Amino acid sequence: MAKTPMNWVAIDQDPRFQELHRKKSAFLWGLMIFSVVYYFLLPIGAAYFTDLFKIKVWGPINVGLLFALSEFIVAWGIAWIYARRANSEFDAMTLEINRAAASIGGAK
Amino acid sequence: MIRRLACSLAASALLTLPAVVSAAETSAVNEKFRWLTFVVFGAIIALTMFVTYLAAKRVKSASEFYAAGRSVSGIQNGWAIAGDYLSAASFLGIAGLISLYGYDGFMYSVGWLVAYITVLLVIAEPCRNIGKYTLGDILAFRNDPKSAKTVAALSTITVSIFYLTAQMVGGGVLVKTLIGIDYEVSVVAVGVLMLAYVLFGGMVATTYVQIIKAVLLVTASILLVIFTWAPYGFSLPGFLQAAVDSANVQGQVTKLIGDAAKNMTPQELGQRFLEPGLFLKNPIDQISLGMALVLGTAGMPHILMRFFTVPTAKDARVSVIWAMGIIGGFYVLTLFLGLGSAINVGQTEITRIDKGGNMAGPLLAQFLGGGPDSMLGNLFLAFVAAVAFATIVAVVAGLVLASASAMSHDIWVGVVRGEHATQEEEVRAARISSIIVGIAAIIIGILAKGQNVAHLVALAFAVAASSNLPCVLLTLYWRKCNTGGIVAGMIIGSLSAIALVMVSPNMTYPTIVKANSEKAIKAADEKLVALSADLAAATDPAAKAKVETAIAAQEKAKKTALDNVVKLGDATTSLVGLDKPLIELKNPGLISIPLGFLAVILGSLLYRDKRADDLWDELYVRQNTGIHAEGAVAH
Repeated sequence: MAKTPMNWVAIDQDPRFQELHRKKSAFLWGLMIFSVVYYFLLPIGAAYFTDLFKIKVWGPINVGLLFALSEFIVAWGIAWIYARRANSEFDAMTLEINRAAASIGGAK
Repeated sequence: MIRRLACSLAASALLTLPAVVSAAETSAVNEKFRWLTFVVFGAIIALTMFVTYLAAKRVKSASEFYAAGRSVSGIQNGWAIAGDYLSAASFLGIAGLISLYGYDGFMYSVGWLVAYITVLLVIAEPCRNIGKYTLGDILAFRNDPKSAKTVAALSTITVSIFYLTAQMVGGGVLVKTLIGIDYEVSVVAVGVLMLAYVLFGGMVATTYVQIIKAVLLVTASILLVIFTWAPYGFSLPGFLQAAVDSANVQGQVTKLIGDAAKNMTPQELGQRFLEPGLFLKNPIDQISLGMALVLGTAGMPHILMRFFTVPTAKDARVSVIWAMGIIGGFYVLTLFLGLGSAINVGQTEITRIDKGGNMAGPLLAQFLGGGPDSMLGNLFLAFVAAVAFATIVAVVAGLVLASASAMSHDIWVGVVRGEHATQEEEVRAARISSIIVGIAAIIIGILAKGQNVAHLVALAFAVAASSNLPCVLLTLYWRKCNTGGIVAGMIIGSLSAIALVMVSPNMTYPTIVKANSEKAIKAADEKLVALSADLAAATDPAAKAKVETAIAAQEKAKKTALDNVVKLGDATTSLVGLDKPLIELKNPGLISIPLGFLAVILGSLLYRDKRADDLWDELYVRQNTGIHAEGAVAH
């Protein structure tokens, strides 16, 4: 199957692609940094804030257990937030670029 | 021909199993009910062989063999990723850690899920868009194809062999512990089955085996949790309070914290089980392991390979989200399995058969079905044992497929034949590579019998995080990254991770082991003297029996310590000639991951590579948009 030749430099410089790139980069790396920081708070908290982790909140359930459970909720939450934004916004932007791709910058 | 061979292989695997059962000394399954285990094993093996038979008819092209024709749906692939990822270590090991150490075991499980955020956000979709079959394909996009494929293949094989060895040895020990089959036989059985899936059914069969395994694993866990939790009216505080009130749990905490337990009430002891610090003592080690997990999972070749099996990047996204749901849900369930086992079975019984706690889940199943002497209890246990077996086989199949693809697609077709090979030649090369890797896995599994291989899993993740991940990430997102960086990153990242483990506390240091053993022998001797005095003083039979049990325990401890010294022979230094570890870090990630990134960056800046720069625009546009991505094969 022969693939249509594309002018990649022109697509890269196209304002629509640049906008996708800007939006995606800020969003993805932001989420990435947040998730890593939130994850490492768990071992750090367990090691250095033991007294806080021991405080009982609900019956025998303490802050530490809730924090560990929240790691799951946060991971799923990030997946949900990303999927929602990607499905609604990024996919539509990508589709538009794909449709126009062959004509951007005049195919080589 | 292939079909007939597949059938006869399956039949021989089935027949050899019961024939070689050794006398059960300490296996979990009651001898009377062992046949039950084989029935359940047989049913699961027959099912997987049936799908392999169906798959074998379909697998004709390279795309079918390596990537299941890219026709796996997002949801199916999500289950397959979970099946590829949840090894016996996570199924049995984490439930075991929770049953023995409470909170710390649960905390340990978190990183295995968080790892998928990296995969979801920055790896899965771009890799699907620009890749074809292997890690090598991703790196060869804009770097010199031969150099990139060579280092990628070497790294893939290294990572897979480390992981594979841990799985083979762990699997052999596990099957032996569960049902008493000889270690060598279970290693061969795992190897032959896995080889049958990969050889005949390629990625198609591997995918279905992984889905079947994940469904079985999740079903088994949900059922066990329902039975465990129901007596407490499905109340979370009620269930945890039962753990706090449990004499087993209180006793275990007393054992773990020693003197500190003297001034604590039973309630405080029980509550201590739900607080951190009983197992994971060094936070730096944990952060190091956490880094290896969070960055290593995204660099695991057998996980990366799964993203090439779906038709589009969007399906890759869907599959990671499903995988995160399944994997995370499973780890939440293990909290109940572990604590349930602690409450109902008790740590003494759990560690009687396996010191690491791997039997916590299976023994809980046996208890819930009615105990060791009941038919239902043993049926439950048989089911869990069979799921554990399927777990090992599915993970091993994924690993073998990944390394075989690296050998055939990257090295043979890419480097040796310069991309000139027909579909038939490529599939044949892939099958031959699978046989080579499969046989190597069996041989390594048998040779490594009795070795401590648990740290190899962590090492595999550390190598992937220090070499594969920096290379993939920077080639995808950094314009200046080039061939020089990829080669330097792969070599320095993986070698530094391996070298750091070689000088870490994970290795065996004979002088230290000997000193500890001597101390243990001395302590046992002192206790034996005291106990024999007790024995002479004991009057009623109950007290006498208690002292006799204590004496037997001390003698056993003494024998273990003596055996440890004997095992070492004349050795005085570790494998690399050290008296004691050079670094305190058990997981090398904290040092080797930054080194890997640094190597890619410096290598790229010092090397000039016009191709990498010229292709940047194409790569960046394609990884974001999926233009010209490899399409699905029509059926």
